Amino acid sequence: MMGGTLRRIAPQLIILGVVILLNFIVFPGFFSIEFQNGRLFGNIIDVLNRGAPVALLATGMTLVIATKGIDLSVGAVMAIAGAVAASVVTAGGGWFLALLAALAAGLACGSWNGILVAVFRVQPIVATLVLMVAGRGIGQLITEGKIMTFNDPGLIHLGAGTILGLPTPVYIWVIMGGLITYVVRRTALGMLIESIGINETSSRLAGINSRVLLVAVYLVTGFCAALAGVVVAADIKGADANNAGLWMELDAILAVVIGGNSLLGGRFSIIASLLGALIIQSVNSVILLSGMPPEFNLVIKALLIIVILFIQSPAVQHAIYLFRASTPPHAPNENGAKNNQTAKESLS
Amino acid sequence: MKLSSILLASALVLAPMTAMAAGKTVGFSQIGSESGWRAAETTVTKQQAEERGVTLKFADAQQKQENQIKALRGFIAQGVDAIFLAPVVATGWDSVLEEAQDAEIPVILLDRKVDADPSLYMTAVTSDTVYEGEVAGNWLKDKMAGKDCRIVELQGTTGSSPAIDRKKGFEKAIADASNLEIVRSQTGDFTRAQGKVVMESFLKAEGAENICALYAHNDDMAVGAIQAIKEAGAKPGEDILVVAIDAVPDMHLAIANGEANATVELTPNMAGPAFDILDAYWKDGTMPEKWVQTESKLYTQDDDNNAIYEMKKSLGY
Repeated sequence: MMGGTLRRIAPQLIILGVVILLNFIVFPGFFSIEFQNGRLFGNIIDVLNRGAPVALLATGMTLVIATKGIDLSVGAVMAIAGAVAASVVTAGGGWFLALLAALAAGLACGSWNGILVAVFRVQPIVATLVLMVAGRGIGQLITEGKIMTFNDPGLIHLGAGTILGLPTPVYIWVIMGGLITYVVRRTALGMLIESIGINETSSRLAGINSRVLLVAVYLVTGFCAALAGVVVAADIKGADANNAGLWMELDAILAVVIGGNSLLGGRFSIIASLLGALIIQSVNSVILLSGMPPEFNLVIKALLIIVILFIQSPAVQHAIYLFRASTPPHAPNENGAKNNQTAKESLS
Repeated sequence: MKLSSILLASALVLAPMTAMAAGKTVGFSQIGSESGWRAAETTVTKQQAEERGVTLKFADAQQKQENQIKALRGFIAQGVDAIFLAPVVATGWDSVLEEAQDAEIPVILLDRKVDADPSLYMTAVTSDTVYEGEVAGNWLKDKMAGKDCRIVELQGTTGSSPAIDRKKGFEKAIADASNLEIVRSQTGDFTRAQGKVVMESFLKAEGAENICALYAHNDDMAVGAIQAIKEAGAKPGEDILVVAIDAVPDMHLAIANGEANATVELTPNMAGPAFDILDAYWKDGTMPEKWVQTESKLYTQDDDNNAIYEMKKSLGY
């Protein structure tokens, strides 16, 4: 089991290693970690901390994508959740109530998406597009178009605080990702979700309640997005409905794709998606530390991502496979051709 | 952008030279609620109209040009005395501006300009974004008074005109001061969240003790960066000077708390000068320049920032 997981996430681990090495090359102090002001202070910590929103979104997004769906509304749900949390806390509701209200808002958004997809059979990309566009407006209505600031230490702690020196968001995404992975892998849920993504009709005929499961995965993304929204708002002590989570749905989808999950649904790995989120954040870190003018930001990011996706593409993977099969370490040369042939046969 | 004398003459002949602003009706087409500043601009415009006894017809375009064009046509049909337009985009205004001109309704652009023949509108009331950067740069230059200073810069959204202009203005101001040097410059997308993230990387890459000042293209990024500086264990406003542009309420609060040093105001009162122009025009037909620059006032710790904070908070920022 462990060996299988390790083999599955090996490409992501290697890529993450390479991107972190790039960080080290542009900024030799990358690995230094200091303890100051009661918190760990270093670039590695930043990557783990700043990767939190995308990691949270990618956790939910992986499940949705495994069902052959997609959720474009997560960025807008973040804005709504942040706005709800801020308005509850400024009304004197306390941080825990604010968190609950934000999560409830996320679940409400998730059920809206889920019902559109599962019951009304609206295509996921269209169904979630509705909330992607409207959601930010809802957030702005709640904050009345301004940045709603708050000073509640409990709520701020969720985004900017530390536990044992590590930023709180790191705990949030690690626990959330671990919990969901555990639930879907220790029960049959994960397999059922995969079966919906592979062939929904046959899985329904096989007795799987695909409707309930579909609604459930959108509920999970809504929940994760709300959590991310609270983290982002708490980090800046304010709900910025205009900008919170803007375009972050695309980063989340990218994280899932870098994690080697197919957009056509089926088999998935949440751990690989989380590594994908860390890879994206490490790429951002390279750009920031390199000191290049900001005009290059998106170009550098695009180039690195293209290389990553190129390496993972089926054609390149196939070529690597053939290359390996044709040059076995101990076999004599004449066997190479034969091995190659077997490789092809086994592939076809 | 000077008006040709022929146009001036014809406008003078056409101008109704009777009453002043009181009792007049002005239509105001606002972009929508894109930021706190814009909400404040709307509030101030309404206040100004009320003070002067002008009936203000307000139309919120929800960030859509077609809504603004519809609103302008509505104003023309209602026969308003003047139109204020805060254009959401620069192009595509020619035909509706011609319609307003045919109806002899003066149009004043607020806060942004358009790519149209200047004869189609009366004037544009905007701030000079290059000058804003200069004011910020000059403040820092005077503050440092020859001492060495390594500056980090948080730029606005890459390629946006305020980001380009505010960078240009600041660089122009410090060009002759060899003691001032921008060591890192990166975009924070005008948002608090990105301002904080990018400042974190500046602090790590340079070391907090090696940064003497932060220049942010807007206050929101500065407010985010202030949090990053505090989390890094340094004192914003003392260890690292903070200067930014916009003068939003939260920045005044930061200055009042000693966590920031200065901000250059982008005034939400674009309507005040616009009404003054209309007054003069209606009184004796005086035509304004084609561009009226609003004041870029510098606020520092010497001002009563708590009072300004309270006052601005009520404007709907």
